[in-house]
Amino acid sequence: MANLKLTDVAKSYGTVNVLKNIDLDIETGELIVFVGPSGCGKSTLLRMIAGLEQITGGELQIDGMVVNDVPPSQRGIAMVFQSYALYPHMTVRENMQFALKIAKMDAAQIEERVERAAKTLQLHNLLDRLPKELSGGQRQRVAIGRSIVRDPKVYLFDEPLSNLDAALRVATRIEIAQLKEQMPNSTMIYVTHDQVEAMTLATRIVVLAGGGIAQVGTPLDLYERPENEFVAQFIGSPAMNLLPGTIVETGDRTVVDMEGGGRAVSTVPSREADRGMAVNIGVRPEDFVEADGAHIFRGKVGITEALGEVTLLYFEPQGGADPVIGKLQGIHKGLRGQDVALTADPAKVHVFMGTQSLLYRDRPVKEIATKAH
Amino acid sequence: MDAALLGLSTIIIGVGGCLGYFYFSNLFLDRVLFPPKGENAGRNINRANQIRPWLFVFPAMFALGLYLGYPVFETLRLSLIDRSQDNAFVGFANYNQMFAEAKFWEAMRNNMLWLIVVPAVSTAFGLLVAQLTDRIGWGNIAKSIIFMPMAISFVGASVIFKLIYDARPEGTAQIGVMNAVWMSFEGGIGSFIFLKVFPIILILSFAAMVAYIGYIVLRMAGGVWVMVLKLVAALFSVWMVVLSVQSVWGVATANLPYGEPQQWLTIPFFNNFFLMVVLIWIQTGFAMVILSAALRGIPEETVEAAVVDGANPFQIFFKIKVPQIMPTIVVVWTTITLTVLKIFDIVFAMTNGQWQTQVLANYMYDKLFRANDWGVGSASAMIIMLLVSPILIWNIHNARKEMR
Ligand SMILES: Nc1ncnc2c1ncn2[C@@H]1O[C@H](COP(=O)(O)OP(=O)(O)OP(=O)(O)O)[C@@H](O)[C@H]1O
Ligand SMILES: [Mg+2]
Repeated sequence: MANLKLTDVAKSYGTVNVLKNIDLDIETGELIVFVGPSGCGKSTLLRMIAGLEQITGGELQIDGMVVNDVPPSQRGIAMVFQSYALYPHMTVRENMQFALKIAKMDAAQIEERVERAAKTLQLHNLLDRLPKELSGGQRQRVAIGRSIVRDPKVYLFDEPLSNLDAALRVATRIEIAQLKEQMPNSTMIYVTHDQVEAMTLATRIVVLAGGGIAQVGTPLDLYERPENEFVAQFIGSPAMNLLPGTIVETGDRTVVDMEGGGRAVSTVPSREADRGMAVNIGVRPEDFVEADGAHIFRGKVGITEALGEVTLLYFEPQGGADPVIGKLQGIHKGLRGQDVALTADPAKVHVFMGTQSLLYRDRPVKEIATKAH
Repeated sequence: MDAALLGLSTIIIGVGGCLGYFYFSNLFLDRVLFPPKGENAGRNINRANQIRPWLFVFPAMFALGLYLGYPVFETLRLSLIDRSQDNAFVGFANYNQMFAEAKFWEAMRNNMLWLIVVPAVSTAFGLLVAQLTDRIGWGNIAKSIIFMPMAISFVGASVIFKLIYDARPEGTAQIGVMNAVWMSFEGGIGSFIFLKVFPIILILSFAAMVAYIGYIVLRMAGGVWVMVLKLVAALFSVWMVVLSVQSVWGVATANLPYGEPQQWLTIPFFNNFFLMVVLIWIQTGFAMVILSAALRGIPEETVEAAVVDGANPFQIFFKIKVPQIMPTIVVVWTTITLTVLKIFDIVFAMTNGQWQTQVLANYMYDKLFRANDWGVGSASAMIIMLLVSPILIWNIHNARKEMR
């Protein structure tokens, strides 16, 4: 039940700048996911919102009030930690009661809130156990329960699922999605490493890199219209292929002559002045199709990986260190060593000039890490 | 022979002997007893490996048995016979004689006082220091200084404190800190605040704390045994409160001899506390080191979770940190308790049990080696052992639980 506004927020430890120029508007009821490579400052940003880290520059507003110097407990936030951080000497019930008792709420109301949270999260028969007597998934639910009882305005999650095994992770992810649906007015901020979590849970994703925001947008926005090479390669797996070339035709459609000999057509518009400029063409592995006539890329198939539903083809690198990757639907045998020509639907061909997509050429270029993976 | 030379040769013979024992016994096992060759090579290796641990454990077991195990039984025997009557068996006569002595009960009472005060104060101070020095830059320096007394022997520490409590004739410079401070009180308003108001507040807050603890204990639910325990605890706290009120009255009405140097160690009852200070000074360092490690082991995220939950620093300390290190606190507490039960050196060196400061260990020494009364001396030794054993067992039990 709150909106957040970050204005030019920065964080430095002494002379080390970890984050700078963070501008972000978060609406009530959104589920915002922070993603980014390890060490880019996701946790730091979340902890600044929580009040566990001092904000060294800029302004943070919750519900229109500047809270830079407000202690965590009065910001109306609740946090779920990566290692759950349950109080080991207290039972599940006591863990959930703790904050309410500190706030001197009366016993009947505490009881009612704990009951309600236990019902939502199916914790009923676990209430009198100690954290060490619970499984990882159950601990996670208790940690979430502990934040629900406080009825916060903003929920903060720092990689809540990263300690769970793959199956449980999927199950808990769905539980969190359901929880969000039950509480449509609560705002959530969620940090994760996991792209699937980001794509499935988020209303909007914030990609952090190199101490700043690389792009903010809905999951499909980021997938279909990445603002720069970093986001293009960070979202999606395997990463988008980047192939060098030169613009030869401009206008509503852009035509690029590839360094490797092919020719790419994109629906991204370009200006007359762009003719002759060096660009990188971006094509997602799954968007490559076998070419009958004109091709974007031609090469000899190196390794193939058959995953059943798709087959991954690895080619020699072209204009970079990474191999070019193609992803074909279904099972394809005996492609290894063959010469293959690939092309793609012009609507799915991205054009990057100086790491920035031509789609967003009017936005200021961001200083970001150059490589996603 | 020169003492240093003697020491050196002892070290050489001792260490050399140990090395030689392990080397040659293993050699004997592998070469002569079960050589790993011939037709039974495999079986011999297994057997040698079964015996080998015992080669290592045996010297310690032997020494412990000889110097710890055997004396327990011998002391028990000695406490039941009378040497002057041709070693005749006298049953519990020695014990009865001892129980009839006022000095024994004085020692018992003092030991109980030590037992209540020293472990509690040392652990509390240790915890306090550990917490306060955790986050500050010079915390480690402070810790090293507080830990230093651990390196001083009890007798050395006693000598230091004897100087602190020292008294010189009136008119000469006081070299003892206590008297130097004392002489600066002249009966004015400052003296009134420091020597009347302040102690009264201290005693009253102690009484309030005991009453509160008693109240908490009384409210606990439980079965028959807990009921009994509750009753005992409640009576104890009532007794403590009564004592406190009495001492408040005593402090208020006391006529303090301002301007006269005091022989601190001869003031009955209080001199016990002057002795205890020495041990507290030493043991605080021990408690601090162990508890500081335990505090460091608390996951930082649980503390942060408590911050987000709105707990203030006191609540974080008492409700999140202390409960998490409770097992360690118990181990520290009981370890100090064991030291206290056996306390001897400090009393021996400072008062030798005079002026009503006797404790059990010094009482035993008095009987055994000064009065040459082997029966009563051994009987008091058995009493000490009886008191120590349950705490020792509990301590080991807790320590092992900690390690798992
Ligand atoms: N106390 C500190 N002093 C100096 N630098 C720090 C401190 N804490 C964190 N950093 C730096 O801040 C950067 C961001 O750290 P942060 O924990 O926010 O990364 P993250 O994005 O959460 O990474 P991960 O995905 O691995 O959890 C890191 O480069 C880290 O080295
Ligand atoms: Mg992190």
